[in-house]
Amino acid sequence: MSMDEQIKQAAEVLDAHTAEMIKWHFSPETGSPFWLDWANKQDWNPLEEVATFSDLCEKFPNFQDEWLRDLPNEVWVPQAYKGRPFNIFETGGTTGMPKQRIGWDDFRIDYSAFSETLSDEHFPRNHYWMMVGPTGPRRLRLAIEHLANERGCSCYFVDLDPRWVKRLIASKQFDQARAYMDHAVDQALTILKHRSVSALFTTPKLLEALAERRDLIKAGIKGVFCGGTTMDKQYARFLVEEVCEGGKIGFVPTYGNTLMGLARHHPIGPENDYSIAYYAPQPRAVLRVIDPDTNQTVPYDDWGRVELTTLTKEFFMPRFLERDEALRRKPWSEAPWDGVAEVRPYGAMEKNIVEGVY
Amino acid sequence: MKKPHIPCLRLGEDYHSLNESEVKDYRDGSVKATMSQVNAGIIRRDLLNIGKAREALQKFSTRELVDISAKAGELFLKDDLPLGGDGTMQSAQSYLETLSSTSGLPHVMVQRNMDKIHYALTHLELILNGLTRGIDFGTLDEGHGEQSGSPVCFYPTTDALGLVMPSNSPAVNSLWLPSIALKIPIVMKPGRDEPWTPYRLIQAFIAAGCPREAFGFYPTDHEGAGDILRLCGRALIFGDKSTTDQYAGDPGVQVHGPGFSKILIGDDMIERWPEFIDVMTSSISDNGGRSCVNASAVIVPKYAREIADALGKSLGPLKPMPIDDPKAVLSGFANPKMGEWIDSALEADLATGGASDATAPYRDGDRLVRAEGGTYLRPTIVHCESMDHPLSNREFLCPYASVVEVPQSQMLGAIGPTLVVTAVTENESFKKELLRASNVERLNLGPISTMKISWDQPHEGNMFEFLYKRRSIGMAA
Repeated sequence: MSMDEQIKQAAEVLDAHTAEMIKWHFSPETGSPFWLDWANKQDWNPLEEVATFSDLCEKFPNFQDEWLRDLPNEVWVPQAYKGRPFNIFETGGTTGMPKQRIGWDDFRIDYSAFSETLSDEHFPRNHYWMMVGPTGPRRLRLAIEHLANERGCSCYFVDLDPRWVKRLIASKQFDQARAYMDHAVDQALTILKHRSVSALFTTPKLLEALAERRDLIKAGIKGVFCGGTTMDKQYARFLVEEVCEGGKIGFVPTYGNTLMGLARHHPIGPENDYSIAYYAPQPRAVLRVIDPDTNQTVPYDDWGRVELTTLTKEFFMPRFLERDEALRRKPWSEAPWDGVAEVRPYGAMEKNIVEGVY
Repeated sequence: MKKPHIPCLRLGEDYHSLNESEVKDYRDGSVKATMSQVNAGIIRRDLLNIGKAREALQKFSTRELVDISAKAGELFLKDDLPLGGDGTMQSAQSYLETLSSTSGLPHVMVQRNMDKIHYALTHLELILNGLTRGIDFGTLDEGHGEQSGSPVCFYPTTDALGLVMPSNSPAVNSLWLPSIALKIPIVMKPGRDEPWTPYRLIQAFIAAGCPREAFGFYPTDHEGAGDILRLCGRALIFGDKSTTDQYAGDPGVQVHGPGFSKILIGDDMIERWPEFIDVMTSSISDNGGRSCVNASAVIVPKYAREIADALGKSLGPLKPMPIDDPKAVLSGFANPKMGEWIDSALEADLATGGASDATAPYRDGDRLVRAEGGTYLRPTIVHCESMDHPLSNREFLCPYASVVEVPQSQMLGAIGPTLVVTAVTENESFKKELLRASNVERLNLGPISTMKISWDQPHEGNMFEFLYKRRSIGMAA
């Protein structure tokens, strides 16, 4: 099938999925109180006017993530899930009430699908993983464990609280931030010393810190699955060429969060200047790179703001503006829809953003 | 024409980063070169292998490295040297013109800075002699020996000298030059606007026969600079007070901030003040007023208003001149916002009362001017009624000084930490007080410009004592 045909087919799948999700979330027998109530207050009917993804982009305003903080969790329970206890996952946050997303099976579905993108060479089956990074109330902790389990592996965990790191850095307590990072790295090295681990999930900064203190290849690491912060081209190149020793350790950068799931990356190397492009797990989630003032996608290879739409039976989130900006990339044969590349905090060129070890 | 690219040097090897910054002309913002910008992790990883750099230097004797330094000095001053890794060569004249165009320093000042660096490199034996108080090179090579009949033994305090360099004045590079002959590799973050001088110096050293591994040149971000300071056992940082305050008290970091250098005139010489106006003028304005050794205050027991007026008359009329004019005395700002900030800070503090701009009556126009295609600040002399005034002890990146009356008996207490004091006095009791003062780094007794450097004496800390420590040694006969 030609690339054009693949793109067309993927768009048709997305349109059909969009229509199905609209029907699900805006029908009284399946929808959640929040969306049913929201629809009642509009002078238009999503069930009648949204048949395609393009309709959704035109008709729905940006999702306000404050709703996830200010409203009780129950309003997000679709009728079809009523009575089933849910997981409560939190997003970022440093102080005050965090934003919360509830869920049931989405993380398993998302990460099982993601498992198909991992190679057995770098992420061997039936072995052990280790996650060094934010666990706590995040979806990521359960998701990584599920991903490991999906591949017949079990996973060790070393926690790191990014909210605390952000506070330390914002208050210029750099020594404390470094000590906290060392504390996490010490624990990870202890596990590596005493247990056999072949795959790591961690943040880039922690990966660097681990590699500075231990030869990861000699430690048995074959693959690293990395996410959680900005990786510009130079940084990605450094991680691949030096930390992962030019491919001896498989390096899998990811872009994801509690609200989306996990976007896979296009292979990187000298041929594309290590520019990491991510592709959302469409049709369950859709990433657009837009000009927020016009709600139109920017031209390919231009910078724009990242917009996320999540379309699962558990969660409907139309047109949420992420706090990130990215380059819009062309569809790819493995993911024949738009990608987002060189993701960085929105306005990063104009102001300092606290990212720290996370 | 293709713009040169200045790569990072990782243990001497070129590394072209995917992230680049631009070094721009101070006048029109045109790009003169791109420069590789590396992430801090690169520096941390290279520091894990810094032992190789030190081993490479240790293969040479101190004498050989002194000779290499002298040869490097000649090459730096006169020859074509590589600029980037693509075979591009840079002549001395091209270096002078390019540095001038990005720093705002007139050609004549760049030439003086080149001459200073050349002198330092070609007189390294004299400098090492001053730093080590005459220890012979054989003792330095062996690590132990005898001096004045007593056994001496030295060990290095670090495997690398970290350097976080400024952009304001090329001659500050002379401070790290002895490190190579002392067999300590350098790990440098160059100033954002002034990569030219350290890069050319490194190329001169390599061309003269120095092992390239001895040079780490890492244009990097704040995190990278922090790691250089944290991870090199010994490091130098240059910056403003807010930067240097962060490292005050850290024995591994030598802080080079504002000098707050001053001229003091004693009771015994004050009636002769007109004789010293020239030395005051040069102390305040040489090198465009950009050095930490430029005088930023004149402290006198009386005649402050008259002296301020005389300095105003001497400096006030100075204005920007073409960059290649040999009489140019003012430097343009690579970052025009810096000039604007200084001007507004001066105006705000003058508005608080208790001080007056003594240059204003002799300056035809504003202090902040756009001329010769760039942004300039014309000289400013401020008469302050007391040392309590916020402008009495300040330093700006332009010819600036306050003139304040303070009784001689209170002068040393009033001046605070001072890099260079030129004290014009012949009074023995005042001289003794000055010689005992712990807040003065360098003391000139008599009408000597604060800008005059004694190469055979330490400047802002002794590099040998910073890089080596003495220990007791016993050896069985």
